Amino acid sequence: MSTTTATTRLPGTLAIGRRRINVELKQFFRDRNSAVFNFAFPMILLVVFGSIFGQQELASGITFAQYFVAGMIASGVLYTSFQNLAIAIPLEREDATLKRLQGLPMPKASYFIGKIGTVFVTYFAQVIILIAVGVAFYGIELPQTANQWFTFVWASVLGLIALTLCGLAFSVVPKTGRGASAVVTPIVLVLQFTSGVFFVFTQLPEWMQVFASFFPLKWLAQAMRSVFLPEEAAAFEVAGSWELGMCALMLLVWCVIGLVLALKFFRWSSRGND
Amino acid sequence: MAHTAVTVRDVRKRYGDLDALDGATFDIHAGECFALLGPNGAGKTTVTEILEGYRTRDSGEVSVLGQDPAKPSREWRSRLGIVLQADRDLGDLTVAESVEHFAGYFPNPRDPGEVIEAVGLVEKRKIRGEKLSGGQRRRLDVALGIIGRPDVLFLDEPTTGFDPEARREFWTLIEGLKREGTTILLTTHYLEEAEHLADRVAVISRGRVLACDAPESLGGRERRSSRVSWREDGARAEVQTMVPTEIVRELSERFGGEVPGLEIHRETLEDIYLELIEADRGGDHPHPVVEVDIE
Repeated sequence: MSTTTATTRLPGTLAIGRRRINVELKQFFRDRNSAVFNFAFPMILLVVFGSIFGQQELASGITFAQYFVAGMIASGVLYTSFQNLAIAIPLEREDATLKRLQGLPMPKASYFIGKIGTVFVTYFAQVIILIAVGVAFYGIELPQTANQWFTFVWASVLGLIALTLCGLAFSVVPKTGRGASAVVTPIVLVLQFTSGVFFVFTQLPEWMQVFASFFPLKWLAQAMRSVFLPEEAAAFEVAGSWELGMCALMLLVWCVIGLVLALKFFRWSSRGND
Repeated sequence: MAHTAVTVRDVRKRYGDLDALDGATFDIHAGECFALLGPNGAGKTTVTEILEGYRTRDSGEVSVLGQDPAKPSREWRSRLGIVLQADRDLGDLTVAESVEHFAGYFPNPRDPGEVIEAVGLVEKRKIRGEKLSGGQRRRLDVALGIIGRPDVLFLDEPTTGFDPEARREFWTLIEGLKREGTTILLTTHYLEEAEHLADRVAVISRGRVLACDAPESLGGRERRSSRVSWREDGARAEVQTMVPTEIVRELSERFGGEVPGLEIHRETLEDIYLELIEADRGGDHPHPVVEVDIE
């Protein structure tokens, strides 16, 4: 190709990525399904469960609401990353969003920047509202130590990365956009029930505990409990401690699994469309 | 600018037992509007999507703006505008938001406000995509197709579902783009649209180009006979002729001026098109004609 003097530079990957975050956020909050089920749902559950069981004491000085908020924050990671992407991307494949993007001078990385940025922004907005509601109405106490805040940050970030990658990979499973939530929601619910989000983990049947320990949500919820529960509560965990090293390791393993699966399976177009 | 914007040489594409493209060959000159006509399943969308870089070909040579679409670069993509068939995305964004968003993907985009005006959506600029009518939605797609100031614009059945007035407005828009030197590949079911807009048309059936010429010359149209008919002795008389003007002059002399109920019918593009498709179906081609939706 001969280069002409009129050639202007193409916008950068990050610049287009920022534009994508911007429109993805608009689309996320304007779509009633995602605004309710990916964003507001943990708040709704906190209000329901907090109002019914909130002030019951699980042990001296530890209310159910305090236990539950840790599980809801871990669930928030799952909702804003995995559930959101595994439902939204099949729809994007169906309504030609991805086909349009493929035909534009957009680096593919910009699309993923848009998705990851949206996941992070929605998650942190959700956590702030969740904690504010918890503190205002259900007597939730904030983490006291810098270590706890540090755990909150790394567990959030590792969980978001792992489950975003899993969501990208899983987005090829639903056959239609409309049917996606029917495939994704049961998985999310089973993980929540078995990972100690709704019930105290050590009170679950042992096989359930074993099942959950293969998946990231159990470890994420455990790390979040270490953030929101007092140090003594570690005695009630399965191992008698928070096992933060193990939590970090399992989340990292799921980052790697998610990355491998996403690289192998993520598709821009529907099957057989080449 | 290159003299030939698009080259398609003996391109083949097979889906299972079906030859979607069976040696399709044509050129599109820089700056012309080229229309692809053909029945459903003829291969129009397949060849268009190969040129757009969406699909791969099994064999043959393809070049768009001097590059192979199978190896798309961002620079190359920034010179194309693509209007796909019936998009349903962007329902949650307003017209203005969508147009402004995608302008940011291109090195030298048109002004979003001007583009919205050009497609006649100024009053709808604050309306979300999902609230637009079918015709308005197509105009949004066209706006997004031209926002990047493309050298080549692909329009796949752009006016499906338009009312006659919207179609006229759309034609005016496309004529404006042609005047600016945009090369346009148009696929359409509407023969009057092809006749109105296209410098050349290609009729495609079962993956092969049956004829390719200016609309007024396609299939030897200008050399075909015309039918002159008139009213005489309470009945219609008609004559098939190569010299209709001569016939009319004779009739005019005979009737001493006005010829009652005079009609001259030249073969329309539609007549030629149907004849070509019919001849192809009756031909020696071994495959049955099936409509397949390769989506």
